[in-house]
Amino acid sequence: MEDISYWLPLVWAGLLAAAVALYIVLDGFDLGLGILFPLAPAEERRDTMMNTVAPFWDGNETWLVLGGGGLFVAFPKAYAIIMPAIYIPLIVMLLALVFRGVAFEFRWVSKPKHAFWDLAFMGGSIVASFMQGVILGALLQGVNVKNGAFAGGTFDWLTPFALFCGVCVVIGYALLAATWLILKTEGDTAQWARSLATPLLMAMLLCLLVVSLWTPLSIPRIAERWFTMPNLLWLSPIPLLTTYAAYRCWHGLESITHRNDSDPFIWAVVLFMLAYIGLLISNVPFIIPPALTVWDVAGHPSAQIFSLVGAVIMLPVILGYTAFVYWTFRGKLKAGEGYH
Amino acid sequence: MELDPILLARIQFAFTVSFHIIFPSFTIGLAAFIATLLVRWQMTGRDHLYRLARFWTKIFAVSFAMGVVSGIVLSYQFGTNWSKFSDVTGNVIGPLIGYEVLTAFFLEASFLGVMLFGWDRVSTRLHVTAAILVAIGTSLSAFWILSANSWMHTPQGHEIKDGIAYPVDWMKIIFNPSFPYRFAHMFTAAYLTTSLVVAAVGARYLLTDKFHEEAKTMMRMGIGMVVLLAPLQLFIGDMHGLNTAEYQPVKVAAMEAHWDGTKPADLVLFAIPNEQEERNDFEIAIPNLASFIITHDTEGLFPGLKDFASEERPPVTPVFFAFRIMVGIGMILIGIGLIGALLWARGRLFESKWFIKPLSYSWSLGFIAILAGWWVTETGRQPWVVHGILKTADAISPVSAGAVLTSLILFVLVYTSVFSMGIYYINRLIEAGPKGAATDTKEGVASRPLSAAAEAAHEAIESKRSS
Ligand code: HDD
Ligand code: HEM
Ligand code: HEM
Repeated sequence: MEDISYWLPLVWAGLLAAAVALYIVLDGFDLGLGILFPLAPAEERRDTMMNTVAPFWDGNETWLVLGGGGLFVAFPKAYAIIMPAIYIPLIVMLLALVFRGVAFEFRWVSKPKHAFWDLAFMGGSIVASFMQGVILGALLQGVNVKNGAFAGGTFDWLTPFALFCGVCVVIGYALLAATWLILKTEGDTAQWARSLATPLLMAMLLCLLVVSLWTPLSIPRIAERWFTMPNLLWLSPIPLLTTYAAYRCWHGLESITHRNDSDPFIWAVVLFMLAYIGLLISNVPFIIPPALTVWDVAGHPSAQIFSLVGAVIMLPVILGYTAFVYWTFRGKLKAGEGYH
Repeated sequence: MELDPILLARIQFAFTVSFHIIFPSFTIGLAAFIATLLVRWQMTGRDHLYRLARFWTKIFAVSFAMGVVSGIVLSYQFGTNWSKFSDVTGNVIGPLIGYEVLTAFFLEASFLGVMLFGWDRVSTRLHVTAAILVAIGTSLSAFWILSANSWMHTPQGHEIKDGIAYPVDWMKIIFNPSFPYRFAHMFTAAYLTTSLVVAAVGARYLLTDKFHEEAKTMMRMGIGMVVLLAPLQLFIGDMHGLNTAEYQPVKVAAMEAHWDGTKPADLVLFAIPNEQEERNDFEIAIPNLASFIITHDTEGLFPGLKDFASEERPPVTPVFFAFRIMVGIGMILIGIGLIGALLWARGRLFESKWFIKPLSYSWSLGFIAILAGWWVTETGRQPWVVHGILKTADAISPVSAGAVLTSLILFVLVYTSVFSMGIYYINRLIEAGPKGAATDTKEGVASRPLSAAAEAAHEAIESKRSS
């Protein structure tokens, strides 16, 4: 029993981390398209942009439900503490997702009077992304917990660091979206996406740099994790790999022979994942830093095992048919081609 | 004035969940309807079935999107507003919702893409399969969430330690006593609601003299389902009520506004329950009928409200009225089914304007009955959120009343504007009707020569039949 209650929470933390990673990538480029919308005023280009994700957006967003649901399943105590702590940014994010979610359908059925839904799509995407960053920042800073319950105030999350994280996520998602468009479109739109991607990459690198300095400087626990001796060696590949991924992404963008349009996207995703792994390393094994570890808040082993059985059987199936759906709608979208 | 965070959180949950359920009520049935249309089209090759499937798929897409976004809000609300509830019941409810995500949400969300956008991209067989998978996904989703909800009404298979519920027997938890009834009742309700909408849209086209062939198919399929399901729903509802009488007697007493448990109960047709004086004002009742329905004996006794301390009783008035609205609509639907079947048998279903006209307005009845039913069930459970385990007042999050109020106002503003736009667009899609219909243009038919021939043959048969 002792054993089980040691490794079960770890397995669940790993699963949740993977679900969140998938969410960041999948919904990241999806939300990013909305962030790029203001830069693409022409209706036809907007149509194309939306069509590149129309068949996937709902599936992408379901990883968010799995992330929230998974937290509820495996760490009900953490769920009960985190949700009140991030009450306002979370609700604003959900409302923003309402707007952009319905825009996928409303925009088409309201044509030609769809200007409002364009606005809803971009506003919803930008606000939702920004709030995701704010939530991330708020959790990194730490949550005020007393006697196993949230004990902070309504606006504890509102700090310069959290707001900065919000900006970073918006930039990062925009980068993912630009590289996605390079992959999925051709002609003008692809060219345009290429011209956006390089400055976005630079901005994203700047964000990574600032966050990597800001967190250890302001949170001693994180400085200790990275800058004490054996760790420094073990962890040094992370920044090195990040540099390499950034170089490959940049190279993919600059190469004039457009032979490989998937390179920028793939390396942008790798870049994202490395940054994400970096954040995990900073905080393992805390789920609510710095108060509670995954073991402190773990659900009952019976509940965790019962759900784990489902997850182990279903996740490969889900990944299988998700890949199948992406494969079905593979290839580049020609200008003017759509599904509506 | 001191704001009460509990009341605000309750209003917020009631508001958001009531909005959400409107869309599943429709999409669960509609997914199955579209899948049926596609299967029939594949078997018969009749083009108007294809046109109908495409037409309803557009409406499905709009409703589904609204269902998804309103549902995502809900799944987080357990934590934001009811964190103590999450803490106490998370070990039991959490895995059920987890299974819903894993088995249902991903399935429906992923194949939705193929169903909506695969028309010219994938083979017909794959497309039909996708539609069927989406329909299965919506039903699985109902299965798990209703299991979670039923457990809150009739919990079993758990043990309580230090005030927290821990799972003991998963089979007992999933198949808790009220679950089979609630699942059957809600599932039938969803199909009934969709059938009525389909029939009403058919009626609307007949009245305005548009899309004849499509309209007739919709009328036949819609009315056919109502004929079967409306009486079935009465039967299931009755069994459901008997089950409730066993496990939540105070809820049944409130539904019937039955105060004095020492006497047989009359079936109250109308009354204003007077909670201060513990009696009904302006009562019109059929003697002993309620006793007969619930105990199957005109002299049978079942507990009345006075048998419970007043703080153990749910608010009587809303439960009593909502129950009457639901059952009243149930009776109307049985009537619609009977009359429709009679007219159909006499071959006058499509001509009887006096029937078609009210039918075209009746699309909202199913939705109203479903909302009323949920209000009975959920308000009737008060003051408990999990019957016998956790009081609603103890389930709340440590968030300020101001934050709850602000978010409530935001929800009301956003939901009413976004969803009324959605309903407006759905109405516009219905107004525009199926594309390429025979009365519209002939292009849809000509593009598939083989099936056009089959179509013509069917048309000949149809016209013989109806003459
Ligand atoms: C009887 C059926 C039923 C009931 C009682 C509920 N739902 Fe629901 N829900 C559905 C049936 C459904 C559905 C049919 O599966 C969806 C998919 C699209 C739609 O219109 O409804 C849905 C969508 C949906 C989604 C989005 C899924 C996606 O990403 O595809 C979430 C997160 C929830 N729901 C959560 C909830 C919660 C937390 C509920 C209770 C408090 C709830 N639902 C009640
Ligand atoms: C989808 C159809 C549903 C509708 C229309 C509905 C309706 C309501 C209403 C009206 C209330 C407020 C009751 C009151 O405070 O008087 C309520 C409360 C609540 N319901 Fe439901 N409900 C639905 C499904 C569910 C499901 C499936 C669950 C859980 C799995 C659930 C969990 C709750 C909780 C946690 C509360 C808050 C506590 C309370 O006030 O009792 N509901 N619901
Ligand atoms: C025809 C007679 C009907 C009877 C006798 C009946 C009976 C009942 C009863 C007793 C409940 C409460 C169960 C509980 O809370 O434990 C209930 C709930 C409900 N009813 Fe009905 N009902 C009828 C018709 C309908 C119709 C026509 C619809 C919708 C189209 C409907 C939809 C619902 C829903 C959605 C609920 C809440 C979920 C549940 O508890 O199942 N009912 N019904």
